[in-house]
Amino acid sequence: MIQPLYIDLVELSVGQHWYWIVGGYQVHGQVLVTTWFVLALIGGLSLTANRDLKETPDGLQNLTEYITEFIRDIAKTQIGEQGYLPWVPFLGTLFLFIFVSNWSGALFPWHVLEIPNGELAAPTNDINTTVALAIMTSIAYFYGGLSKKGLGYFKRYVSPAVFLLPINVLEDFTKPLSLSFRLFGNILADELVVAVLVTLVPLVIPIPLMLLGLFTSAIQALVFSTLAGAYIGEAMEDHHSIIILLNFLDSGYY
Amino acid sequence: MNPLIAAASVVGAGLSVGLAAIGSGVGQGTAAGYAVEGIARQPEAEGKIRGALLLSFAFIESLTIYGLVVALVLLFANPFAGLIFFLNS
Repeated sequence: MIQPLYIDLVELSVGQHWYWIVGGYQVHGQVLVTTWFVLALIGGLSLTANRDLKETPDGLQNLTEYITEFIRDIAKTQIGEQGYLPWVPFLGTLFLFIFVSNWSGALFPWHVLEIPNGELAAPTNDINTTVALAIMTSIAYFYGGLSKKGLGYFKRYVSPAVFLLPINVLEDFTKPLSLSFRLFGNILADELVVAVLVTLVPLVIPIPLMLLGLFTSAIQALVFSTLAGAYIGEAMEDHHSIIILLNFLDSGYY
Repeated sequence: MNPLIAAASVVGAGLSVGLAAIGSGVGQGTAAGYAVEGIARQPEAEGKIRGALLLSFAFIESLTIYGLVVALVLLFANPFAGLIFFLNS
């Protein structure tokens, strides 16, 4: 039995949740609490920074404009020059929520607050949160494709060749699966590693791994939103590369 | 929990992460090698190459993470945990 040095600050429990009963369903209360905290952080930053918008930004408005430009850049690269603007809020929400929740889970001293069962940590360390985000992305790219092409959207299942139909249908299931597992696995693994190291050697040694955890969790936020943009762009694109190839071969350019 | 299930789950969890790490190790090493070669060839492009490299690392890493998720499920949310079956000896 490992006796931790600082008894009240170290706890390692996976699979223990603070169950709330809401409308006949059991929910993980600790995930809801930390999600509300993240929402309050992001909302508070936006409201204070964008209170009086100036032509030449200064102070916090600089920061929010930088973040907005970063997200716009992601959207433009993944979705294309025209039609990327309506998707900036969605991709921005994904990026900001995942980024702030990952970093708040890693940086805030959550163990100071005690809850009846389980422990407070990043909301994205629960598979339910990441699956919800992934399903939202699925619905988003279906909506993008269907609103742009109507029922002609389903032609992409049989292009460029009919025998690719099962693979394309399978892709519709593996896309949200891989998105959710990638994020969940990264965040939970980082938390487990840090928790185990802190249980064994509470001073100095866990710090390099905590820094690595900060770095990889930021990258995961970027990867999630980039992939979401890529799926939306792929669903909305007008033509497929085989048509360009055929046109090129027909053109007699060479 | 049935000791056979427990032992098998532990072995399975260890193998799952261990084997998953092989592929991603080879893949990320190759990617890093080509990226460093690209930087050596054209040092001005370092920013773009590093960006593409880190993004690729995240994708390749996710394959190992799938193995880790299987291991975590086996250890902490084992679906066979409550089973009692009778071994005919």
